Amino acid sequence: MSLLVLDGLSKSFGGLVALGNVNLEIADREYLGIIGPNGAGKTTLLSVLAGQLRPTSGKIVFDGQDITGWSADRVASVGLVRTFQLMRPFESMTVLENVAIASHNKIRSIPKARDHAADVIDRVGLGTYKDAMSGTLPTAGLKRLELARALALEPRVLLLDEVLAGLVPTERAPIIDLLREIHQDGVTVLFVEHIMAAVLALSERLLVMHEGQQLALGVPADVIQDVAVVDAYLGEDY
Amino acid sequence: MLTTERGRIVLGLFAITVLGIAAVYLFGGKDSNLVTQTVVTGLLLGGVYVLVSLGLTLIFGVLGIVNFAQGAMLAMAMYLVYFMVSSAGINPYLAVVLSAPIMFGFGWLVQSTLMNRLITDVGHSRPLLVTLGLSLLISNTLLMIFGGRPLNVPSPYAGSVQILGAIADVPRIIAFVGAVIVAGGLIVILRKSPLGLAIRAVAANGTGASLVGVNVKRIYAMTFGLGAASVGVAGGLLAPFTSLVPSAGDQFTTLAFVIVVLGGLGSVPGALVGGIFIGLLQTVGSLFLPGSGPLLLVFGMFVLVLFLRPQGLFGANK
Repeated sequence: MSLLVLDGLSKSFGGLVALGNVNLEIADREYLGIIGPNGAGKTTLLSVLAGQLRPTSGKIVFDGQDITGWSADRVASVGLVRTFQLMRPFESMTVLENVAIASHNKIRSIPKARDHAADVIDRVGLGTYKDAMSGTLPTAGLKRLELARALALEPRVLLLDEVLAGLVPTERAPIIDLLREIHQDGVTVLFVEHIMAAVLALSERLLVMHEGQQLALGVPADVIQDVAVVDAYLGEDY
Repeated sequence: MLTTERGRIVLGLFAITVLGIAAVYLFGGKDSNLVTQTVVTGLLLGGVYVLVSLGLTLIFGVLGIVNFAQGAMLAMAMYLVYFMVSSAGINPYLAVVLSAPIMFGFGWLVQSTLMNRLITDVGHSRPLLVTLGLSLLISNTLLMIFGGRPLNVPSPYAGSVQILGAIADVPRIIAFVGAVIVAGGLIVILRKSPLGLAIRAVAANGTGASLVGVNVKRIYAMTFGLGAASVGVAGGLLAPFTSLVPSAGDQFTTLAFVIVVLGGLGSVPGALVGGIFIGLLQTVGSLFLPGSGPLLLVFGMFVLVLFLRPQGLFGANK
């Protein structure tokens, strides 16, 4: 049973086709890696799924329900949650408050929402920064905060946009572990990422995009052998 | 949540104010009773400014639009109180309490029916024009219903008391206290309630807020409603010592903009501190400058702030 179905999903900006006829079925609890060169439409795909961009045509079905054209907040509150490549915390608020906003979606009571937010913050390893202004966090901390805000919504599907970008390898390892844990807890993940080692380590299936099209889809080991993929993405000399 | 930088600013401004007033006492060459009277009058005038600025800063900070209808909505609230007092004979201060929710409903309605559909990613210029149109609509509707002849709301607590030898009008003292209460109330709502958390999130980053499940348009409507409600309280508290004409609110709007920019867009404490400071500056300035000369000081100060600290006293660095 597919949790998320993309049916002929397209998005054009004027004459530019950012996303051309994407058909995809994502199973519950699947970890789907998405790779492709810059401008391949990966981020556009996440934005359309998260309700920030309205698709030009096509349909998005989540858990049997057609959510095409829903607003971003509605999409988020049913459990389809994205993070940003460039972190955008609410800078003038503390880490706890940042996450509590997300917790308030499910929990009305202020103390309970704060407790919930605090648990999530502990889980992503930001416990010691709970009361720090979020604008003062270093890059790695902001990445964790992005994850915490997303997790506080108790997502069923996480749309991760390059959570590892901008981190040095020693900072990546604990986040990769965290992502694996989140997935094991039953969250479906769409994982847009350039760091191939992480993509190969985590993904159960791999989608390759190129100029808004699906270039290849399958088991990661097979997909990266695909000559077309190597040409388009990794370079002809790979 | 007083960050150290804020603490320094508050302390600095307080020190400047106290030193300035002390200098006027010592070297101003004026009668000290007159100076005391001026300071008391200035504080009370500042309270009035605070009342008018609170709604403006909230709407400005969250929606990013200058509410041109602020003055008209203020007049509208005054007439609302006048209507309740003159037709039902209720206490004007009870009428204030009633006018706040009515104005909230009005603001909420305006935002959710007229302006929300115009706010797009493209820009905020269209809602701006709506507020301008709304201002004309309100002023002229008031003119049509109540006419242009000045009206007044009698205060049941007319009279004055002595403060440190200076005379202070009771209705103005009530307005000052009201300003502090409304500012305090707004700060508590913004800091402590889930709604306030969502409002601050939308102000900081609307897209980000929508992605953590905040309905941004609903927050816009609530914010405009809250802004209108504080204007409602302002109008009601001002009515007993203001001559009611449909353009009664306009005299405050320019100064309110100055205060909002001075205090920092969207900052409630900024409006509180800025309003009182401008009130003092204006009245103390009037000791030395004739006519509308004190406004020169106010706008000189404004230009200085724009140069030195364009984000305002309490504004976030962007």
